[in-house]
Amino acid sequence: MQRLQFIAQRVLKGVVVLLGIIVLNFVLVRLAPGDPATVMAGEAGAADELFLQQLRKEFGLDKPLHEQLVVYVKNVVTLDLGFSYRQQRPVSDLLMERAPATLLLTGAAFVLSLVVGVALGVFASMLVGRWSDSLITVFALFFYATPIFWVGLMGVLLFSVTLGWLPSFGMYTVGANLKGAALAFDVSRHLVLPALTLALFHMAVYARMTRASMLEMKDQDFVRTARAKGLPESRIVRVHILRNAVLPVITIAGVKAGYLIGGSIVVETVFAWPGIGRLAFEAVLQRDYNVLLGVFFLTSFMVIAFNLITDVVYSLIDPRIELGA
Amino acid sequence: MLRPIVRAALVAFVVLLASGASAQAPQRGGTMNIIISPEPPTLMLGINQTTPAAIVGGKIYESLLRYDFDLKPMPGLAKSWEISPDGKTYTFKLQENVKWHDGVPFTADDVVFTAKKYLVETHPRSRPIMQRAEDVIAADPHTVVFKLKEPFAPFIMAWEPSTAPIVPKHIYDGTDYRAHPANQKPIGTGPFKLAEWVRGSHIHLVRFDDYWQKGKPYLDAIYYRVLPDASARVVAMETGQAHLSAFADIETFEVPRLKALPHLDLTTKGYEYLAQMVWLDFNLRTPPMNDRRFRQAVYHAMDRNFIKDRIWFGLGKLATGPIHSSIPHYDQNVPKYSYDPKKAEALLDEMGLKRGPDGVRAKVTLDALPYGDVYKRLAEYTKQALGRVGVDVTIRTADVATWGDRVKNWDYEMTHQVLSQLGHPALGVSRLYVSSNIRKVLFSNVNGYSNPRVDELFDQAAVEVDDAKRQAMYSEIQKILVEDVPVAWILELDFPTFINKQFRNVVTSSIGVRDTFADVYMVPQK
Repeated sequence: MQRLQFIAQRVLKGVVVLLGIIVLNFVLVRLAPGDPATVMAGEAGAADELFLQQLRKEFGLDKPLHEQLVVYVKNVVTLDLGFSYRQQRPVSDLLMERAPATLLLTGAAFVLSLVVGVALGVFASMLVGRWSDSLITVFALFFYATPIFWVGLMGVLLFSVTLGWLPSFGMYTVGANLKGAALAFDVSRHLVLPALTLALFHMAVYARMTRASMLEMKDQDFVRTARAKGLPESRIVRVHILRNAVLPVITIAGVKAGYLIGGSIVVETVFAWPGIGRLAFEAVLQRDYNVLLGVFFLTSFMVIAFNLITDVVYSLIDPRIELGA
Repeated sequence: MLRPIVRAALVAFVVLLASGASAQAPQRGGTMNIIISPEPPTLMLGINQTTPAAIVGGKIYESLLRYDFDLKPMPGLAKSWEISPDGKTYTFKLQENVKWHDGVPFTADDVVFTAKKYLVETHPRSRPIMQRAEDVIAADPHTVVFKLKEPFAPFIMAWEPSTAPIVPKHIYDGTDYRAHPANQKPIGTGPFKLAEWVRGSHIHLVRFDDYWQKGKPYLDAIYYRVLPDASARVVAMETGQAHLSAFADIETFEVPRLKALPHLDLTTKGYEYLAQMVWLDFNLRTPPMNDRRFRQAVYHAMDRNFIKDRIWFGLGKLATGPIHSSIPHYDQNVPKYSYDPKKAEALLDEMGLKRGPDGVRAKVTLDALPYGDVYKRLAEYTKQALGRVGVDVTIRTADVATWGDRVKNWDYEMTHQVLSQLGHPALGVSRLYVSSNIRKVLFSNVNGYSNPRVDELFDQAAVEVDDAKRQAMYSEIQKILVEDVPVAWILELDFPTFINKQFRNVVTSSIGVRDTFADVYMVPQK
């Protein structure tokens, strides 16, 4: 009962925050110089006042800003994210088309980085000071410090250009018309390089964090007590140390999970992955307001939702956390 | 004794010749993967004229004409044309047996609708051209007559697909052109039709079996692959995953490396109609740019051969004035601005701009053109070159929308610009210099140049019927402008088109890769 009340309160707070974000995003986007009409006029290689007027009228940009805001908020409340006049399609269609690709990429990278990162962190903390610990630490530091696009390009150079093992771009072999298992295998081959590129950075973050957190827990009184009780080492690590050490990792993972839907602009660009990150990036350049606001809305919603989920998971894992506190 | 040997040799020769000939003859079949970047917002050329839209849409939509490398008109949807001696009546005889992709026959009514109603509403570049027609008449189902209010020689140059795409009347008439659902499922008369568009990934075009040129197109399909990253585009060409790159797909510094690959051909042909030029633009409302001597000094301070060889890697030609050498009425007999820093310093001294204790004569802001790495390098070079003669340049960077907003609102001191000349000075050059076009709109006369004689000459030349008289007017315009230096013309740009050697007949006109590709064919791999 207490948990339900806690969740209801958090949901309510989330809705208020979301509404605030919608208004803030709307204002922020409009503060940027230029508008979609200017961009399209520029692309036409010629323009006149009539052309600009036509475009502004169609985009609804000829109305006062507050009126545009009211219309936008009303539409969003009814889950109508508007129309991209540039792409001539509803924003929700554009987002839905791109969402599966983004979730596949970021989801795969997320799971890979979390599982391998935490495992490496635990492993390193158990062998602290040994060569394998040093190796993992150097690995983590290297990938934490290296720009993602460079890792991606080196991956392409090695695995696509030199060895010819993996495709360098796209999500599947266009024109091959594959189905079922063959398609799944083909998508997996295309997924390897971008997912690994994206995962390596986060893997490094999780490994470093888990290692530090594990080392901190190792010397706590309750661990000493557990050892004094004669518990096996594996149980001490798994139940007593890891369960406590993983809490900050879960916090960070929860925040990052919220951003999954936003995609990764860099990786999606380098590997021509047809995801939401690129859609957002292009919308910024083209001042495609509705698309940009749609991506912001979706990302904000997911971040708020995952924060909520993280809080609930936190309370399940750590009995010291009091609900409603 | 020798006879059998001679006979065998002859037979072998004939067989060799025949096999060679068959290898050269166009063959049906094959799929071409082409790089496209950025992804076009729509393929409907009537409402969007970006280069990517023109590249893909040019396979779907056609216009009345095409243009050869010397910009001479060739048949398109019009099989022949006639211009009356007074230059006011243009009669186009249309191809017969042309069908739209939905099977409806194409007729003169479609052309009349396109010119009279559609383009004048949607197309900012075409509108002023089509409005020159007093009337457009369908004399019969396969003849269209344009009666102009006054002669306009460049009218014959306005019929390539991105300037005047012919659209289906039966679909668009009486509708909201911009919001029409058909914009997402384009119906044209071109050799290819849209099969699928997976946003962010690819556009799939397939052969239109009822195309009016029997037996064409040769290719079964074209896939346009959306590749936003410059390195990914190079890899795609290098590994054979893509067969064609054009325009700025490949950064200039990558060109020498790709050029050396045995499976790729390089051509710089196919950009003659667009005739793109890059220049340094001065806001003439602000000192010191409002002084002609300053602009001349800046021109002398730039080593344009260095720009051509080190920034564009040889892909271009030094511009001599406002008109590109590939379009009509170019005149090279104009004053020349050689690289001469001493002369530049003398001009600045003459203006009274003496070097201060820090060696600086003047401070100027340069808005870098946000079109990619090559323009960043150009801005950096300009800063260095002008710094050498005492002009301290601050580079201001921005994205395309911000840059466009600043330039159109005249909120700049100097900026680089690049623009097409569209086959004729009256279509693509005069708009930048006539005072009637000083407006807060991009690609108009944003720098505020005003010279009544230039205005008069541009106006007269546009309606002059006599070629020689027209040439004299454009020659005078070029002389005046080059002396005035309202902008410093830097380079006529060449673009590298890389073609996988499996494909032939790819660039066959001055429209280049924006053409229909009806003639492109694939040769079997050995």
